[in-house]
Amino acid sequence: MIRVAIAVFAVLAVLPLLGLPDYFMHLGIATLLVALSCTGWALMGRFGLVSFGHGAFIGIAAYTMALLWNDVGLSPWIGLPAGVALAVAAAALLAYPCFRLRVVGHYFALVTLAAGEIVRILIVALRDHTGGSLGMTPRLAPDHAVVAMQFGKQGFWWIALVAWGIGIFAWWRVDRSMSARALSAIGEDEDAAAAVGIRVTREKMAITLLSAGLAALGGALGAQYRLYLNPETLAGIGVSLQIVFGALAGGMYSMLGPTVGAAFTTALEEILRVAFGTAFIGAAPLIYGILLVLFIQFLPRGIVGWFDRRR
Amino acid sequence: MDPFLLEAIVNGILLGGVFALPVLGLNLVFGVVDVVWLCYAELVMVGMYCVWFLYTQAGFPLALAFLTCLPVVGLLGLLLHQLVVRPLLNSPPITQVLATGGVIFVLQGSAMLAFGTDFRSLGVEMPPIEVQDIFISGTKLVAFVAALLGAGALWTFLKFTYVGTAIRAIARDREVMPLMGVDPKRIYMVASAIGGGLAGLAACLLVVQLDVHPYIGLSFGPITFMICVMGGLGNMLGGFLAAFLMGVIVSTGGFWWNTEMSYVVAFACFIVVMFARPRGLFAR
Repeated sequence: MIRVAIAVFAVLAVLPLLGLPDYFMHLGIATLLVALSCTGWALMGRFGLVSFGHGAFIGIAAYTMALLWNDVGLSPWIGLPAGVALAVAAAALLAYPCFRLRVVGHYFALVTLAAGEIVRILIVALRDHTGGSLGMTPRLAPDHAVVAMQFGKQGFWWIALVAWGIGIFAWWRVDRSMSARALSAIGEDEDAAAAVGIRVTREKMAITLLSAGLAALGGALGAQYRLYLNPETLAGIGVSLQIVFGALAGGMYSMLGPTVGAAFTTALEEILRVAFGTAFIGAAPLIYGILLVLFIQFLPRGIVGWFDRRR
Repeated sequence: MDPFLLEAIVNGILLGGVFALPVLGLNLVFGVVDVVWLCYAELVMVGMYCVWFLYTQAGFPLALAFLTCLPVVGLLGLLLHQLVVRPLLNSPPITQVLATGGVIFVLQGSAMLAFGTDFRSLGVEMPPIEVQDIFISGTKLVAFVAALLGAGALWTFLKFTYVGTAIRAIARDREVMPLMGVDPKRIYMVASAIGGGLAGLAACLLVVQLDVHPYIGLSFGPITFMICVMGGLGNMLGGFLAAFLMGVIVSTGGFWWNTEMSYVVAFACFIVVMFARPRGLFAR
């Protein structure tokens, strides 16, 4: 799978040089960044650690970055790592007691869901700084585009590609490590895993922090690319579910599965948006929802999982 | 005591009554079928539209609109179970939960297609009642009483009827009950229909207090799940008590800070409770 991933990376790296239309570039960047978030989510999701709160980490990272730029004047090149670090810290704060006290399964999913909602409501409540539900835009700096990380489509394509590459590389490293085996064992039976000497809490913490960091990186870069931040699209249930669906649709047990899923959901949303426009408001989410349910029922291992089995 | 604080506490208890119904419905379905209906708040939203449509558009009397709403949403709960949950009964819990999450989009989309994105109001308001120095909204009081009656009816049904007993038995032990001659498939369907009916009842109580729009489920959905988990998933009494606790937290939080912060405080309380009692406040 890593060979396929490297080939995909190489092809994607030269694509912008061909002078593709802006619309295609836009979809590509959006897909790559969502794919990174989905890959991050699936990194822990495939071991049975189901989080409905990855929106919380995205929201923290994106708003930290944007507020540092607007209010303090700190470049996103520093603000982005700072935001991701803060998101990882939040993940640690949430996950450590969860894992120590054995909050698992449905309970873990709903605790993380609450975390996502807390971040969303906090962003809305702090409207003096964040603009609340109306959202906010990072201050434009046409003269200092590099410092402000405000590139055109081509520049951002490479940034998104490198970020996605980091996610795939992380997956590959985890897959080859002892941690992956330990986590599978934990996913099967925590007590048994602990009995054979696996440090359950430590392994779960490590994968959770990595997962939160990658998801936050993808989401924050997406906000920086669009130059618009909104609590509904960066935190809360909506975005958390979107990430989960992407990972699930593509197949969360395979390295490129979440990426395929992100491409699929992005394409689906785009097709529905173009097909219905503003004519039948509601038709797009209706069809999107029906397709998701059918997907879960008939392709539980996702698109890539289905192809894997056929081979 | 400060009359405003007292008023906030009373309002919180009334609010808890409204939270209690969806919490009971979710707990019933989870206890029996072992699935969390992520789209439960959207079922309530459909019920609210149902009442609004029958009352303001079709010219039904309000009481008849309420009475029609219960079976309609109950049927929707049954459909949800048969079409979405049943094919996935042997799948991992995460896929079941996510499938019902997909239904959120389906119901929101349908509501938007049918009624647009405008806020719809029933236009029914009852005068506030003044007790000593505090004002209590008449609609909230009636909703509270109706919620208690609904909860009481559910308790009576579960406690004193044959089907109710079977439901409690299935929730206790899924493997043994089929051996005792209880058909779990039928019990699942009954529980899902009742779960939907409770969403319908909650819709009747909410539609007189709030304007309905396609995204209204997102405003009280998350807190309903929090309450369920706080009381212990599947634990009816625990969820019922937690609903009032959360109602008071939200309401007094609104008194100390503002509405948004009150929800932040409520969710934070929830997370702290989860760390203190990972299986719910009232776990045995």
